[in-house]
Amino acid sequence: MGAGDRANRAIRGHPGIGDSVSGVVLAARDDFSARYDLDRIRGVFSRPSHALYGESYVGRILVLNTAKGGVATAWMLREMRSRGMAPAALLLNRANPIMVQGAAFAGLPFIDRFEVDITRRLHTGDTVTVIPGEGLVRVGSSETARGMVR
Amino acid sequence: MHLNDEERAMLAGQFGEPRRMALDLQIQIGRVFDAPDFVEVSQAHVMGDTESLGEAGVEFLESLAGHDEADRRVRVPTITDPRGIDFCAYRRLGQKEAWAALERRAIDAMRALGILMTDTCINYQTVSPPVFGEHAAFGDTGVVIYSNSVCGARSNFEGGPAAISAGLTGRTPRYGCHLDRHRRGTHRFEVEMRPSTLNDWGVLGAIVGRAVNSYWHVPVLDGIDGAPTSDELKHFGAALASYGSVPMFHMTGVTPEALDPAGVFDDPPQQTRRIGRTDFDDFYGSFGRHEDGVDVVVFAAPQLSLGELQRLGDLLRGRHIHPDTALLIATSPENKAACDRMGFTETFEDAGALLLQGVCFYQMRARELGEANGWKRLLTNSAKLVNIIQGYGYEPVIASMEDCVDAAVRGKY
Repeated sequence: MGAGDRANRAIRGHPGIGDSVSGVVLAARDDFSARYDLDRIRGVFSRPSHALYGESYVGRILVLNTAKGGVATAWMLREMRSRGMAPAALLLNRANPIMVQGAAFAGLPFIDRFEVDITRRLHTGDTVTVIPGEGLVRVGSSETARGMVR
Repeated sequence: MHLNDEERAMLAGQFGEPRRMALDLQIQIGRVFDAPDFVEVSQAHVMGDTESLGEAGVEFLESLAGHDEADRRVRVPTITDPRGIDFCAYRRLGQKEAWAALERRAIDAMRALGILMTDTCINYQTVSPPVFGEHAAFGDTGVVIYSNSVCGARSNFEGGPAAISAGLTGRTPRYGCHLDRHRRGTHRFEVEMRPSTLNDWGVLGAIVGRAVNSYWHVPVLDGIDGAPTSDELKHFGAALASYGSVPMFHMTGVTPEALDPAGVFDDPPQQTRRIGRTDFDDFYGSFGRHEDGVDVVVFAAPQLSLGELQRLGDLLRGRHIHPDTALLIATSPENKAACDRMGFTETFEDAGALLLQGVCFYQMRARELGEANGWKRLLTNSAKLVNIIQGYGYEPVIASMEDCVDAAVRGKY
């Protein structure tokens, strides 16, 4: 599927958490834990073996496969958001309870259980609008979005 | 979600603002998981180290603590997971006064809610082991997987805010491990080599966890002949939960919901895999050795039982830690008191080791702890710790308890 085909298409998941938000995607076919994977002070992925190692996640629509590890993310997402150092939204193929609890506590937009593998469908640089109440992600113009990525 | 009369009243604020907020959060969570209703819980367990809480989390706790006592007290016994500061040791470890101050604020706020500061991730060994069929809201993955699998209790991973909510409301959304259908086996593993050491049990958990890698899958292990010890299952479960985010497992003929092999699966397993010597060798090989020096040896994750502490004391008695290496041991406050009484603490101190109470290494701001003490090359017998600690800038290696002690004495592994 080309960039033009992807534009303005809607991807449906399970109704999630939080308010609607638009932003630029940071995606990988890897898993996620705020404690295991992030340097939350600098706002970058710090686990050397992570597919997004060294990447800044701040303000991005973070797209990953599933939750891993422990329970700390339930607190950490709110703490990250309070400092303006959180992703704009979190999209996972399948969450565990901790990701949902953390998103609810933080008011962080979140959706999972998409009709497709979301880590294959979305690509770093895509612009999307996340509508958690409907479990919907609308894909914008990828060409425009890639121009926005620094 | 269906709400009963009491829950509707709670949501309307008739039991105070903290309980209203708590139930509202739980409803948001329950709706995502299509929970039909709530289930009452008998106890809750809160992970609330201040590295995770941050200023925002502590302010949240203080906001709850500011309400009238009748509104803010938890309804069911609610205990705590390890914290980030051992107030008897934090200066020696180079932890900042500001972190200790934040920790004190968090503790004061939780006490005001009626939370019992047990500061332990081995409450199933030291506080109040759950019983078969008991619904609970446990806030540590190692506690959850042990309680579900070994005890036959029922809990999801309940992060700090969710566990506090369960303490306040006395209930949790009914989904996941509270439901029979999410407790049935999905993946089958034939274990060809029974682990012999605690680190081997942890590695077995890591291998299975990596293979399963989903909260919604339940691995079933065949080939474990005879019951493992509580500590062996503790290390196995903690690693399995850490590597795979898995909340429960079955061991055929061992764990209570797998005593009848024919009844473990509803459907044919999605995957069947053999685990043998090569799998263990590959895992150990991926971490290598620290032949040029070890900065810190850590016994933690999970906190040590009294039996592990006795064994460690036997290994350290009459020996001295290398001057360029630190040796840290983490346990619960109750076990620390027992170590004081039984002479183990003196043995550890004579050897140059540091026994920490109420904390766990990775919950102590491990990145800053490493920078303050020059620690990077880490050795441990915990498969869980080597998984977590890589993101904090360490180079971890896993070895047996005996080899870890020898390395601490020689200063290299």
